[in-house]
Amino acid sequence: MRKVTVFPKSNEVKREKIASTLLGSSVILLFLISWELLFQFRFVNPLFISSPSRVVLALLTIIMDGSLLQNLIISGQEFVFGYGVAILLGFPIGIMLGWFKLVRAAFGPFIAAMQATPRIALMPLFIIWFGLGITSKIVIVLLSAIFPLIVNLQVAMSTIDNDLIHVARAYGASRWQVFRSIALPTTLPFLITGLRLAAGRGLLGVIVAEVFGGAAGLGYMIQYAGSTFQTDKVFAGVLVVAFTGITLDFTLDRLGRHFDRWRGEVAVH
Amino acid sequence: MKEAILERSSVAAANGYAALAFKLDGSHREPPESFVKRPVKLSIKDLVIGYLDKQSGHTMVAVDNVTLDIREGEFVTIVGLSGCGKSTFLNAIAGLVKHQHGEIRVNDRIVTGPGMDRAVVFQKASLLPWRKVGRNITYGLELSGMKPAAAREKAGYYVNLVRLNGFEDHYPHQLSGGMQQRVNLARALACDPEVLLLDEPFAALDAITRELMQNELLELCEKVGKTVLMVTHQIDEAVLLSDRVIIFSSRPAYVLADIRIPIERPRKSVIKDSEEFRRLMNEIWRVIEGNANIGGGI
Repeated sequence: MRKVTVFPKSNEVKREKIASTLLGSSVILLFLISWELLFQFRFVNPLFISSPSRVVLALLTIIMDGSLLQNLIISGQEFVFGYGVAILLGFPIGIMLGWFKLVRAAFGPFIAAMQATPRIALMPLFIIWFGLGITSKIVIVLLSAIFPLIVNLQVAMSTIDNDLIHVARAYGASRWQVFRSIALPTTLPFLITGLRLAAGRGLLGVIVAEVFGGAAGLGYMIQYAGSTFQTDKVFAGVLVVAFTGITLDFTLDRLGRHFDRWRGEVAVH
Repeated sequence: MKEAILERSSVAAANGYAALAFKLDGSHREPPESFVKRPVKLSIKDLVIGYLDKQSGHTMVAVDNVTLDIREGEFVTIVGLSGCGKSTFLNAIAGLVKHQHGEIRVNDRIVTGPGMDRAVVFQKASLLPWRKVGRNITYGLELSGMKPAAAREKAGYYVNLVRLNGFEDHYPHQLSGGMQQRVNLARALACDPEVLLLDEPFAALDAITRELMQNELLELCEKVGKTVLMVTHQIDEAVLLSDRVIIFSSRPAYVLADIRIPIERPRKSVIKDSEEFRRLMNEIWRVIEGNANIGGGI
């Protein structure tokens, strides 16, 4: 029996990977060290730039006094609700726009116009409508996250292989069967890309909305620390936000690779 | 514009009848003796297929008044210049293209659209890339409402027949072009159609693989004894596999000649070296050539 052979990664490839990882980390390390030195030797006013060691200290402080967790929970709630509703609405809307010509003709221009509007510019309105609480932020997250989803799914529908539809029809597939067996699987990789983009935009939405008009949450914490010249705490907050973003993106990327196994050109590690 | 088309069509028709007259002396018009007593599986009567030419806005004739009977177990091949309308003809039988006049019957039932009594193997394998080979083969069966497990069991015989056992868990991209085309063939066979329709099934393969696949199809057909209608522009392929070769004129397509291939079965690919094989190929080629020269079909 013939078998498809998968060649193991050669040592050369492995070595190259280790070398590039080392290079990348040493640049970060160099940056942190120079930053620390800049602070220690008072080249710049410490009030403005803080230092890595003080950022870590600030981080530990807000972890210990529970204020980080408290703000994290509020921001997390805003994100999860906004992102969740964006998926629940964005998925069917994107699919419908891609699948039905008439829906695309009717709502395409409206959605394009909505997408071009900077969401945060509507924040004053949302504060008037929904108050300073969690709801106005959820709306911002929703509006930030939904468009990348809609656009990606709509594009996915236009990449459907016509030959496959031809085959399905030759085998007597109904329109619904064509949709389920060909259109939906085609959209999956695009859905993952959409989810990644949406997560990034959503996170941005949370922070900006809280900085702009919040009474709690990570964005508010950063904004408040900034206005009271607690630079260490600002950096600590930014660090937490960045870490959250990276984790989210990494998880979705892994999920995408899992669903992309059938595609030859994507290497699965 | 329309007159010009009509005029050209009539010139081509006159040419076609000349070719027919040339054929009528022999016994070519009758089906091979071994098939005469068998029931007619696929019956095409006075079929006319038109299509809307988007540039001129006129309805053009792609297939002009074709009548054809294919009996159970018969392997019939249509040859003709590329673009002559033979694929359109096949698509009409598959139920994918509407015809303007005439009728198509499978087992005496009029064809109105795609159905499970016919299965098509297209030139491109067109496998669903996210389905493993096994689930690709059962795709047609699943569309007809069969559960995946039951479909797998039914398809098992054909998986062995096209020698794909052991490859069920591979994704299409892991297979060679020839292997992918075998999956395509197995997908069609698994539906156990009354009539198998092959649309230039090996045209996208390299010359060596094509030759190997022809031999495999030959072997396969002798085993399963399906009624097959194939479209190709490879004359040797047509002669090797068929009981009858139908020659289509250049557009609009009508039957120029219906040539019986009296080489007895089971056949082996070595018959390609025989005198008779070459004589038949020449005969077919002469008809095509004559049509191309007079009708200006190239």
